Amino acid sequence: MGRGPAQGRCGLSDLRLLLDASLPGAVVDEIEHGGELTLEIEPERLLEVARMLLGPPSAFALLADLTCADFPDEPGRFRLAYQLASIETGARVRLRVWAGAEDPQVDSVVPVWPTANWHEREVYDMFGVRFRGHPDLTRIMMPLDWEGHPLRRDYPLGGEEVTFSDAV
Amino acid sequence: MPSDAGQDALGGGFPLATEAREALEVARREGRGLTETERAIAAAEATTPEEAVERTHAAEVAEDPGVNRPMLINLGPQHPSTHGVLRLITELDGEVVRDLHPVIGYLHTGIEKQCENKTYWQGITLVTRMDYLAPYSNTHAYCMAAERLLGMEIPERARYLRVIMSELNRIASHLVWLGTSGLELGAISVFFYTYRERDEALDLGEMISGDRMNSRYFQVGGCAKDVPPGFETALRRFIRRMPGRIDEYERLLTQNQIWLDRTKGVGILPPSELVALGVTGPALRAAGVDYDLRKAAPYSGYQHFDFQVPTGTAGDAYDRYLMRVREMRESCRIIEQALDGLPEGSHIADDRKVVLPPREELATSMEALIHHFKLVTEGFRVPAGEAYVAVESPRGELGCYLVSDGGPKPYRCHVRDPSFVNLQALRPMARGAYLADLIVIIGSLDNVMGGVDR
Repeated sequence: MGRGPAQGRCGLSDLRLLLDASLPGAVVDEIEHGGELTLEIEPERLLEVARMLLGPPSAFALLADLTCADFPDEPGRFRLAYQLASIETGARVRLRVWAGAEDPQVDSVVPVWPTANWHEREVYDMFGVRFRGHPDLTRIMMPLDWEGHPLRRDYPLGGEEVTFSDAV
Repeated sequence: MPSDAGQDALGGGFPLATEAREALEVARREGRGLTETERAIAAAEATTPEEAVERTHAAEVAEDPGVNRPMLINLGPQHPSTHGVLRLITELDGEVVRDLHPVIGYLHTGIEKQCENKTYWQGITLVTRMDYLAPYSNTHAYCMAAERLLGMEIPERARYLRVIMSELNRIASHLVWLGTSGLELGAISVFFYTYRERDEALDLGEMISGDRMNSRYFQVGGCAKDVPPGFETALRRFIRRMPGRIDEYERLLTQNQIWLDRTKGVGILPPSELVALGVTGPALRAAGVDYDLRKAAPYSGYQHFDFQVPTGTAGDAYDRYLMRVREMRESCRIIEQALDGLPEGSHIADDRKVVLPPREELATSMEALIHHFKLVTEGFRVPAGEAYVAVESPRGELGCYLVSDGGPKPYRCHVRDPSFVNLQALRPMARGAYLADLIVIIGSLDNVMGGVDR
């Protein structure tokens, strides 16, 4: 692993080889770009991969960030990005998971990294992706009665009604 | 305010409870119960403080005298000690916090959505508004993410200037933290001392960038301008005086019995739990975890400087105070080394497809004029891809995640703000603490609500 993923056999990263050996089929694709390693994970197997990466030898104890991007033309539509970091080695890797266009859902990683709690709430609030098994999946930025998910590409930038207009 | 609002658990006809009522309806439609946070907000909004007191009294009379029912107190969002618009719904048992539910989003301005609709260089101005006490860190992460997508190398001088300004920003940010944290605990004089130096730091920022706050100095490709005349002398004077000034703050606080009593042993979590909660920065290092991105994954040439990363042992509010004070001293050392070794050369890359041409060329060169026009109206195009670049901001790991589709505007721009993540640790830290200590814990985490809500 190290900084800037070391290449193992067949040009695959050590991390991919490790995951392929213990969880065959969980990693769908591997992209290396600008010194950053991205592993695309089969959505159903996200939790297994997360548990595996948390433990030794990779020890990705810190889930630095979890966010989403909306691609309305892609079949999976919502692409989640998990930025993992190892406190011990300083290594980094990004996991990529597609949540699906209709009824987007993935497993919550809160049991593995508790920090995901608010990140997943933010993704739910902003994109409408639901996280199975999340302990408290509530809107976090927008008011509880807000309609729609603002960071979706089909959500308009302007023209919302002014809130609290009834109080004037 | 209608007094029957408390009758219905979700407040019939009580305007504040509309949000909670809607939430219940949504939950019913979706065939699920209320979530923890929804229940807390609903309960807090369905009661006025008077009703809460009345109910607690009623419960005390009616129930077994040995049973203590928690009292629900809404703290914030407008409260002087919450460092901005943080709302905490606290369940109190006497003076002890049984549980608390942070409610955020009051400062949500949709900056990430705005960034998708602005060109890359317009986005720099927007991200300075996120963590408004660390504009240099925000722009540092954002510009480096764009540079990584562009595959761009920036001149050595620009890297040094970025280090200098980031460290000056760290000092200014820690000074605000120290002053306001002192205020909350009644150590009012510290505020006057720290704001004196903070003002000098802002003056220096004004000299170099033109802005005292929300400085937009870092540019994709380097820095917007070279250092103005007199800047180096002024900055050297500042860092020469600073250690003595830090001694002054320490004389006021480090051995101060009241300060010790209020901060020692407050807000402790084991290091493993802090990592699991994603806490970074001084709050993590105070617990003894040596994790600083300037050392763990050096960027902008931090590996060339000789500096220490202070770590604590107890991980309480006092250790967090010590960490920040020591970090200010180390920042002075870094700035001094950077000034001594400041390389000659350009402050910005010479790539006319990305970087604005020098102002003086516009009058004489047609090509420069065309480049300028294209860059200002359309912006530069960034190759498709994604990048996540993190820097060590005064509060911890500040990361910028950019997704590009090859156009002149980011397809997605997300900022991982340390304030947002660190705030999650507040709940486990405050459980079982006194209400008065809750204020200390909020202060010691040093959250900037602009960064939390973005």
